[in-house]
Amino acid sequence: MTAATPAATLEFRRATKRYSGQSRPAVEELSLTVPAGEICVLVGPSGCGKTTAMRMVNRMTDITEGDIRLDGASVRERSPAELRREIGYVIQQIGLFPHLTIGENVATVPRLLGWDKDRIRGRVDQLLALVSLDPADIRDRYPAQLSGGQRQRVGVARALAADPPLMLMDEPFGAIDPINRERLQNEFLRLQAEIRKTVVFVTHDIDEAIKMGDKIAIMKEGGKLAQYAPPAELLMHPGDPFVEDFVGADRALKRLALQRVRDIDLWTAPLVRTGEPVAEVRAKLEEADVQIPLLVDAEGRPVGWLSERGLAGERVREELRSRPDPRIEMDDVLRDALADLIQAETRYAPVVDARGRAAGILSIEVIGHALNVPQEEVPAS
Amino acid sequence: MILELAQVQIHGRSGGGSCVQNDGFCPDWITSNLDRYVDPFLQQVFLVVVSVAVGFLIAGALALLAHRRRWLVGPIIGVTGVLYTIPSLAAFFLLQPITGRGKLTATIALVGYTLLIIFRNVTTGLRGVPEEAKDAGRGLGFTDNQLLWRVEVPLALPEIMAGLRIASTTTVGLATLAFFAGAGGLGERFVGSQIVFKSNVVVAGGLCVLLAIALDLVILGAQRVLTPWTRARSA
Repeated sequence: MTAATPAATLEFRRATKRYSGQSRPAVEELSLTVPAGEICVLVGPSGCGKTTAMRMVNRMTDITEGDIRLDGASVRERSPAELRREIGYVIQQIGLFPHLTIGENVATVPRLLGWDKDRIRGRVDQLLALVSLDPADIRDRYPAQLSGGQRQRVGVARALAADPPLMLMDEPFGAIDPINRERLQNEFLRLQAEIRKTVVFVTHDIDEAIKMGDKIAIMKEGGKLAQYAPPAELLMHPGDPFVEDFVGADRALKRLALQRVRDIDLWTAPLVRTGEPVAEVRAKLEEADVQIPLLVDAEGRPVGWLSERGLAGERVREELRSRPDPRIEMDDVLRDALADLIQAETRYAPVVDARGRAAGILSIEVIGHALNVPQEEVPAS
Repeated sequence: MILELAQVQIHGRSGGGSCVQNDGFCPDWITSNLDRYVDPFLQQVFLVVVSVAVGFLIAGALALLAHRRRWLVGPIIGVTGVLYTIPSLAAFFLLQPITGRGKLTATIALVGYTLLIIFRNVTTGLRGVPEEAKDAGRGLGFTDNQLLWRVEVPLALPEIMAGLRIASTTTVGLATLAFFAGAGGLGERFVGSQIVFKSNVVVAGGLCVLLAIALDLVILGAQRVLTPWTRARSA
């Protein structure tokens, strides 16, 4: 993918939307900045104005007061149609044009921009491949012939067609069944890692918000911003009772999905090698958090937990009490790592780096400690 | 209904000849007299095609006008509804002092009958366009005009074509009475000539039915060509 257009910085400046005849604004003085290349999730209960806030960005809803700026330029000064062609737009119902083929649907914005035929054709195939669809198979079909998941991918491809610096996504996975939703979320995150667009993502699902967002804006009734923060901070320090309630009573558990093993302080493992003097091993064990030596091979890869008999002589002999399973990887999120520990009915397990070498010990205590780290120590997600 | 009306009049005045004298169904007479139907048939085709085409242009334009100005729908339905309820014979005679006898009078009256049908169907079609397709279209940067011609009208086509089919079939029937306005047509064969008997009714009536079916098939064919997506089903 050629990232021709760099992502844009999006800035809400006291943006307000009032509908005539209603006493309370739909969105009230919303101020927040989405840095270029980040996903900002607008989340909140129904009627909190999150969709209205998103629609003000491409002027599908006009701003009553305040301003929204794209790379410093006010959207209010642009013609709506032109502005929208530069902003990707994905909605829950997807809204593919039933009378156009998939290829023609994806080509919508390039056609509006007057690209030539060859360029459009190339771009369509490139985009379909980008969203994991086979262009040759799908290009000439109609939307009615696709599954919900396929249609959703086409919707994303169509929104990306002219390589917009900003994407607006209104509950894009809301109508998809849970299994496919998870797949599409992961696919989109992988895609985003590649294309690095600025994304405004609307959802009512806090779990989706935590998963997708670099930053989350929680909105509450009356279109007010309750809190704008990275997911980890939101979970650890909800700004008010509303946010605390909205993120849920299990917010401590939700944090497990945000932190990776590499982000937290692990226990040091008492690593020993065959032939090492037993006296040295005993000294290591004095200082170690785990009282059982972990036997590693010449490269430092775990071989197994050493039994007492292995320490019976002068030097360490390979006498194992158990294999070093499960092996936790540095990139695992804590939730998966904890699941591994519970599954294996153990309290701790070796952590290995990308080359399989022992890098430390993860224990249930370590995880518990990580969940209680004060805010300053929370790593950026 | 119109055919029955014509038939009643035919029974009132039978013509000459042996089989013909008995007011019977006479294949021999039909084969030797087929050429008598060519001109009336062509006149009938002309009346129907021109009336439906003009009606489509007017009603279509009205529907597009009312599409962004919803308040116009009521008044337009009201006016075209009144036109629709005027008995056709009365319309032909009412117009004669203004437009005289002939094709113009007949066409004006026939156009009047197509308006309500076509207007309603175009309006229904445009209203039936999925909201999410319109929202996505706007969100992707279509102007109102682009949205109308590239999304709304194409998606309303099945409904529009259905309106054209009803209008053309109805007009084939009504146009048999255009004879009273002096515009010729197959109606002339029912009531206007001396030869009014069963064979005539069969041929003239049969031609009307064939014409209606043929026009219906033409429009249906056009619809199939224009709306391939309606036949695309889940693979």
